[in-house]
Amino acid sequence: MTAMATETKPGAAVPATVPKNGGAPNSWGLGDGQAIPWEYAPAPESREIVTIRERYGLFVGGKDVASSDGLTFTTIDPSTEEPLAEIARATEADVDTAVRAARQAQSKSWGKLPGRERAKYLFRIARLLQERSREFAVLESIDSGKPIKESRDVDVPLAAAHFWYYAGWADKLDYAFPGRVAKPLGVAAQVIPWNFPLLMLAWKIAPALAAGNTVVLKPASTTPLTALLFADLCRQADLPPGVVNIITGPGEIGMALVTHPDVDKVAFTGSTAVGRKIAQGIAGQGKALTLELGGKAANIVFDDAPLDQAVEGIVNGIYFNQGEVCCAGSRLLVQESIADLLIAKLKDRLSTIRVGDPLDKNTDVGAINSRAQLDKITELVAAGVAEGAELYQPACELPGRGFFFRPTLFTNVAQSYRIAREEIFGPVLSTITFRTPEEAIEKANNTPYGLSAGIWTDKGSRILMMVKRMKAGVVWANTFNKFDPTSPFGGYKESGYGREGGLPGLQAYLRLEDR
Amino acid sequence: MPSVRIGGTDRIDVRKTYKLYIGGAFPRSESGRTYLVTNPKGEELANASRASRKDLRDAVRAARKAFEPWAARTAMNRGQVLYRVAELMEGRRDQFVAEVAAAEGLSSRRAGTLVDHAIDRWVWYAGWADKIAQVLGSSNPVAAPYFNSTIPEPTGVVGLVAPESSSLLGLVSRLAPILVSGNAVVVLASESRPLPSVTLGEVLATSDVPGGVINLLTGLKKELVPVLAAHVDVDAVDTWGVAADQQVAVEVSAAESIKRIARRPKGISDGAFDWTDDRAAQRPEWIAAFLEMKTVWHPIGA
Repeated sequence: MTAMATETKPGAAVPATVPKNGGAPNSWGLGDGQAIPWEYAPAPESREIVTIRERYGLFVGGKDVASSDGLTFTTIDPSTEEPLAEIARATEADVDTAVRAARQAQSKSWGKLPGRERAKYLFRIARLLQERSREFAVLESIDSGKPIKESRDVDVPLAAAHFWYYAGWADKLDYAFPGRVAKPLGVAAQVIPWNFPLLMLAWKIAPALAAGNTVVLKPASTTPLTALLFADLCRQADLPPGVVNIITGPGEIGMALVTHPDVDKVAFTGSTAVGRKIAQGIAGQGKALTLELGGKAANIVFDDAPLDQAVEGIVNGIYFNQGEVCCAGSRLLVQESIADLLIAKLKDRLSTIRVGDPLDKNTDVGAINSRAQLDKITELVAAGVAEGAELYQPACELPGRGFFFRPTLFTNVAQSYRIAREEIFGPVLSTITFRTPEEAIEKANNTPYGLSAGIWTDKGSRILMMVKRMKAGVVWANTFNKFDPTSPFGGYKESGYGREGGLPGLQAYLRLEDR
Repeated sequence: MPSVRIGGTDRIDVRKTYKLYIGGAFPRSESGRTYLVTNPKGEELANASRASRKDLRDAVRAARKAFEPWAARTAMNRGQVLYRVAELMEGRRDQFVAEVAAAEGLSSRRAGTLVDHAIDRWVWYAGWADKIAQVLGSSNPVAAPYFNSTIPEPTGVVGLVAPESSSLLGLVSRLAPILVSGNAVVVLASESRPLPSVTLGEVLATSDVPGGVINLLTGLKKELVPVLAAHVDVDAVDTWGVAADQQVAVEVSAAESIKRIARRPKGISDGAFDWTDDRAAQRPEWIAAFLEMKTVWHPIGA
């Protein structure tokens, strides 16, 4: 995944002003509060490529159907708060219908199809996603609020890459697990979050289908549109009906889905609180379960790190996707001797971050996904201030409507503060200092989470030592927020269990029997 | 209360006190409690320690302390440590045969078969220590200029509710795969057949397994299993020996801290499982169940 902006070229949706820098001029030669003396020309991506329907039904058994009680909910554009479409609100009866459709397809068509044929369907889907990539990217940005350059350059290409990667496994299962015969589990119930709607769909559906399972997937209620557009892709690919079913609705419907007695496998990405409820909801049912939950990653910068690269990595780590990333580098651990210099560079860099219209091609930080999420971020930032941390925000103007939040940097943060302990899921970075590698390790691991970690140093042996000592499923050294379908992703401790991507991601959808 | 005797004489034998094994030491239960252990015919065998919740918490603390150093051992070294357990069990073979025969109500011949398998199982898993990363790890060909690899690591502290019927072979078959990757373990031994596990503890104490890496508790499952499942410093639980009517409660409790749960597969009963079937009862998947995959990225460049 690319860094947000590696150069400081002009261009942003809103005028920015120079941050307070203790009276000293910053690297632009400007003093505190002075406006950056250039205008940002708008560079809007066209919406024309996407047609958003007024209403969307559920995608069950290959058909677009209304919910059994006819109820709907509205999905909005978080950057304008304007309604986008009415979405069917699935009922428990709809969940049952969808699971039946999936079961039928698994036992009658998909499960009997040779792997090489399943592979070709998945290759088709990968190709179709590439062909319609701009349409998906624009729709994703409209519905989720994420900047178009991220949906265009990260979310959609990675989603296509996931289908491509797992397509090739479908007819090679015999070679993947020595001494074992790999069999599909059956019907997979998948519940995904709103931060990477299409990408999470791909992470869930691609390995499930490659392994011979069928799926019922529930996208988040604030971001259903790309999943429903994906239903059209399934139609174009001539995927047999019932292989992929998409149901929309609130969290209760997700719970009804995962606890359905005819589901064999449950995969969930979202908060630790909901993951815990799901694990408890299916306790004793013997279903296979993978959970990809919250995080509070440490991004650790040593005094010998290449500082300018580290600054880009820190910015990418926490402001990518508005910080609405489970593996975000939300705790900056910086070695004391370079803390002042690094923070100064970071503040300087923050003054160039462009916050605003998600569809503007120069936007770095788009809209927060929902009012509820914005409220949560606001509350936690207020708690940070109240507990005594020092707040810094660049003086950028925010659009007059929609859910926006300034890139936020906290210094003087104690480990006990809520902003150092709780997952904020927003563009908020908490800075903590350390003196020795041992102290960095202690502080980095001092969290119930264990999804990811970042290490910045020029010393190879130190990188490898730190990698070994981090209780985290993904460790980025001298980089951050990189993803790839071949690369297993998932957490330690309360960040969940199981991995997505690579061979472990495939195995999560298989039963291995003795040969 | 006839004690287990190797060869009969008229001599008054010195009987053994069956104690717990925590942090490399053999304490009695801090609660002072014991419970009566009988053979399947109901004849008295011994009083076993009835571990308390406090004993369990002490065991978890000992395991947590022992975990990092054990995980940091080289793979080859862990392999040798497991192999050493087999060496020592071989030397005590007659004692184990007598104890398993008494505990499970078996002939010496049948008990001998079980003990032999238990010894061989340590050897099988010992050899896995330096192969796990090569079989389960990976080098990942990402579509960008990055070094990318995935390494299996031990999960941490594992709570093992040992098989109820197979007092020694079942225990060893579930214990060795947890241990070999570098996890530390708190074992709740078979409640009805705990005595061979205590003797295993005596073997472990004189082996090269560091104190605290394996902790063995005897006692009542209904008392101890809920505490083990709820303990937030336990990273994973093996519920093989959990009674069917306790399984849901255990999983609900374990989910509170997102514990990894290894279950007895559906349709397999504790009593009927054939632990001498090597294909079924020694599996790399049982090692994998207590691993975390760690993926590392680094840019490639000049």
